[in-house]
Amino acid sequence: MTASLAAPLKPLGAKTRINDFSIQVATVNGSGSQTANSVLLRAIFQMGVFVSGKNLFPSNIAGLPTWFTIRASAKGYVARKASNEMLILMNPETAKEDIAKADTGALVIYDEPLQLDKLRSDLSYIPVPFQKLVTASCPEPKLHKLVKNMIYVGVAARLLSVDMAEVKNAITKQLKGKAKAIEINQGAAVAGYDWAMENLPDQDHIKVVRDNKTQGLIIVDGNEACALGALFAGVTVVGWYPITPASSLVETFIDYAEEYRKDPKTGKSTVAIVQMEDELASAGVVLAAGWAGARSMTSTAGPGVSLMSEFIGLGYYVEAPGVFFNVARTGPSTGLPTRTQQSDVELCAKCSHGDTQHINLYPGTMEECFQFAYDAFDLAERFQTPIFVVTDLDLGMQNWSSKPFAYPASPYDRGKVLNQQQLTEAKDWGRYKDVDGDGICYRSLPGTAGGKGAYFTRGSGHNEYAQYSEKPEDYVAVVDRLRRKYETAKAHVPTPVFRNQGSAKGVLAFGSSDPAVIEAQDLLAETGLKTDYLRLRALPFTAEIDAFVKEKQVVYVVEQNRDGQMANLFRETYPEHATKFRSILHYNGHAIDAKCIVDQITAFEQK
Amino acid sequence: MPTATPSAPTNTLGFTKQDYVGSKSTLCAGCGHDAITAQIINAAFESNIEGYRVTKYSGIGCSSKTPAYFINQGWGFNSVHGRMPAIATGASLANRNLINIGVSGDGDSMSIGMGQFVHAVRRNIPMIYIIEDNGVYGLTKGQFSATADKGAFLKSGAVNELPPIDPCTLAIELGCGFVARCFSGNPKQLNAILKSAFAYQGTVVLDIISPCVTFNNHDASTRSYKHVKDHDFPLHDLGFIQYSEVEDVEIPAGGTEVVTFPDGSKVAIKAIHEDYDPTDRFGAMKAIHESMAKGEFLTGLLYINPTQPPLTEVLNLVDEPLASLGEAQLKPSPAVLEEIMRSLM
Ligand SMILES: Cc1ncc(C[n+]2csc(CCOP(=O)(O)OP(=O)(O)O)c2C)c(N)n1
Ligand code: SF4
Ligand SMILES: [Mg+2]
Repeated sequence: MTASLAAPLKPLGAKTRINDFSIQVATVNGSGSQTANSVLLRAIFQMGVFVSGKNLFPSNIAGLPTWFTIRASAKGYVARKASNEMLILMNPETAKEDIAKADTGALVIYDEPLQLDKLRSDLSYIPVPFQKLVTASCPEPKLHKLVKNMIYVGVAARLLSVDMAEVKNAITKQLKGKAKAIEINQGAAVAGYDWAMENLPDQDHIKVVRDNKTQGLIIVDGNEACALGALFAGVTVVGWYPITPASSLVETFIDYAEEYRKDPKTGKSTVAIVQMEDELASAGVVLAAGWAGARSMTSTAGPGVSLMSEFIGLGYYVEAPGVFFNVARTGPSTGLPTRTQQSDVELCAKCSHGDTQHINLYPGTMEECFQFAYDAFDLAERFQTPIFVVTDLDLGMQNWSSKPFAYPASPYDRGKVLNQQQLTEAKDWGRYKDVDGDGICYRSLPGTAGGKGAYFTRGSGHNEYAQYSEKPEDYVAVVDRLRRKYETAKAHVPTPVFRNQGSAKGVLAFGSSDPAVIEAQDLLAETGLKTDYLRLRALPFTAEIDAFVKEKQVVYVVEQNRDGQMANLFRETYPEHATKFRSILHYNGHAIDAKCIVDQITAFEQK
Repeated sequence: MPTATPSAPTNTLGFTKQDYVGSKSTLCAGCGHDAITAQIINAAFESNIEGYRVTKYSGIGCSSKTPAYFINQGWGFNSVHGRMPAIATGASLANRNLINIGVSGDGDSMSIGMGQFVHAVRRNIPMIYIIEDNGVYGLTKGQFSATADKGAFLKSGAVNELPPIDPCTLAIELGCGFVARCFSGNPKQLNAILKSAFAYQGTVVLDIISPCVTFNNHDASTRSYKHVKDHDFPLHDLGFIQYSEVEDVEIPAGGTEVVTFPDGSKVAIKAIHEDYDPTDRFGAMKAIHESMAKGEFLTGLLYINPTQPPLTEVLNLVDEPLASLGEAQLKPSPAVLEEIMRSLM
């Protein structure tokens, strides 16, 4: 049967968008579509085109709707794009709604029996007889559901002019070593492609043209990048508890540890990984292991951080090191566990009761996820305190292209630890004595022989010698020193990154907002509004940030939460500049896009 | 370093008992917890424990303060309420050479910390887990704990209507390989059990009945010195023989059961009342339940299985403590990173 095309495949008056479009694929969770989508993304990537993918999935194992968007961008923009040029509708449940939301002129590939082509007249419809093609291409009925998705990859490849050889390579890559699966999936993709060749006319709405932008790049997600950072940082104790979107960080680490952290001769492991009974227990394991001299970490999301907060306060006050990855998701409570948000900013900045301040690292790229994860272990041991590495679902679980990671050449910084000889020679050593004036004291590790250096760690009031004390002056001395220590950290945390267009108007953002802000900055400049963009990469705020805040007329603080949490931290830190900060917010659970930033800044500017 | 004075007796390491003490106790005079502290000091001295290898963990409570009162040569970590097991887990994984002693209370372990207690036992963390059990929350001034007997009174007259949780049967159920109940007022028995505990590899659960003289020692209390003394049924006479002394000590024949630890140490168990086989898990459960129904405290070594591997072994960790591993052992080479990067291209 020949597909009937209800409308021409090129919308009137539009120019062909070469390597510059978004495709949205609507499927059912658990149907194997993730593999198909990754293959399509990878095939475009292998064509040398910048491409990014975002999986919008439900909190469910199988059966609920899921959407995957693939954005190709010649200019290298990788943020989610608010509009889509192609839709692939495989889910009968959502098809009508997806059509209603479609952008005018979009190409719509859909399963023929759904008969969507009468719903709107401003779209280009491409009905595909999926069932027929599956039956013909795959001999095993029980695999039909899974390979059906690979057919749309073939159809899309044909329409976009993606080389079939790249699709086949991508399948091989994606299904690493599973020969049978590779064969069946390649067969299905080819069936889709051949059918489309025979039955569909050319379209020049959107196209992939071979480029060389992705030569030598990798595709990775932030959780894997963080796991690799921890691997190279030599983490030795991991206590964790599963939670979306943080689980895959430790799970990926477990896979790498299996390969790279076992003594080849004895098979014995140089890392202890324990799935604890909850996050509070995980936090205890991390801090106690750090206290005893190991490099320790956990990975969690907002609900886990809430649970950990009693221990985090203890860690801060007794000065025990540990690395806490928070892959943030949409809160409060269970919220939208499979959607992204930057809504734990204040939680991580001040986690726990009492006066607490924490060093937070905010990577914004895959390379930074890797490097900051590595650095976090140095910072934890240098500052003897819990360190948060804060990412989010968008960074952590989505596919990003990146330059390969540079080898972290800096030697480990194990901080101020006295060994047996140093303890023997030390005069009047006290665990909490600020000998160097930087707020950081010298510690000893349990089990050090020689009879010197033992001390009693306690969450209750203590003096410089770690002795129990309720004296007001002892208490104040300790908490004031902790603040000094936090000041010292300003010279050690990553400094901000600037993208200046020469303007008195500042834009400030962090983490996963970066690509959308870059794109928005360019779009705003096209309309005549230049901005200077500062991407914050850590708390405490460094000198560069002080200068930026002082110098700018206004600072647009872009963040993915309702309350403008980062802006609040800025108002609190810089009360004399409090009126400069204007919140640009996005918090519906989808990754932030450039348009929403442009619209909000423009609205402020027109006031 | 040993600080032996010419007169004081020393152990094989050259330490005197004084080398195993801690800071001065700040608990109420007569508190059962102090009697336990005294026996930990004795047992550590007599077992020739290297103080620098000792780590002492606790949660929050009067009982949880006591690690400050023994073995000053060791490191202490007084953490947060009910979470001592996680601290012991993390530190014991970081350094497998440590000798881990956890001290907790009945409130700390059987209420707020129940989850952590259960999971630490299940994982068989290498530690002596002591519950100083007084049936009340001492530090917050005498509220009932979850080990309080049904029908027990507070001084105020309040009655506990709920059934108690028994740490010992619970620990046996969870697969713990060393479970004992003791009474702080029976130092001889406590001493033998603590010495056996030092020789054990995995989790040792010791439920030590320890009267709170301030809030739970009145006439109607089921945790008062008098009541516990009257209802204490020691199961056996225990003799602990450290591996180094095994050659020299003769175990009397007849009626004595001997359990041998992996390091060669032995504990000789001579039954007092009736035949009680502490290696029989189901028998132990039955006997404890029967005695509890009669309002008695069966004390002694309730259950022992000396061969259960602790978590450090289950995880198949390298022999060297993880905390001592350096960059050379931990950081993969540039070639490894390159290999990984290629796989992601
Ligand atoms: C999170 C938290 N909740 C409550 C407390 C208050 N608190 C301190 S000790 C204690 C009970 C201790 O009872 P137990 O463990 O039996 O020790 P005891 O004092 O009887 O030896 C409580 C409730 C606390 N420290 N932390
Ligand atoms: S209140 Fe009770 S438990 Fe606490 S120190 Fe006094 S006697 Fe001991
Ligand atoms: Mg108590």
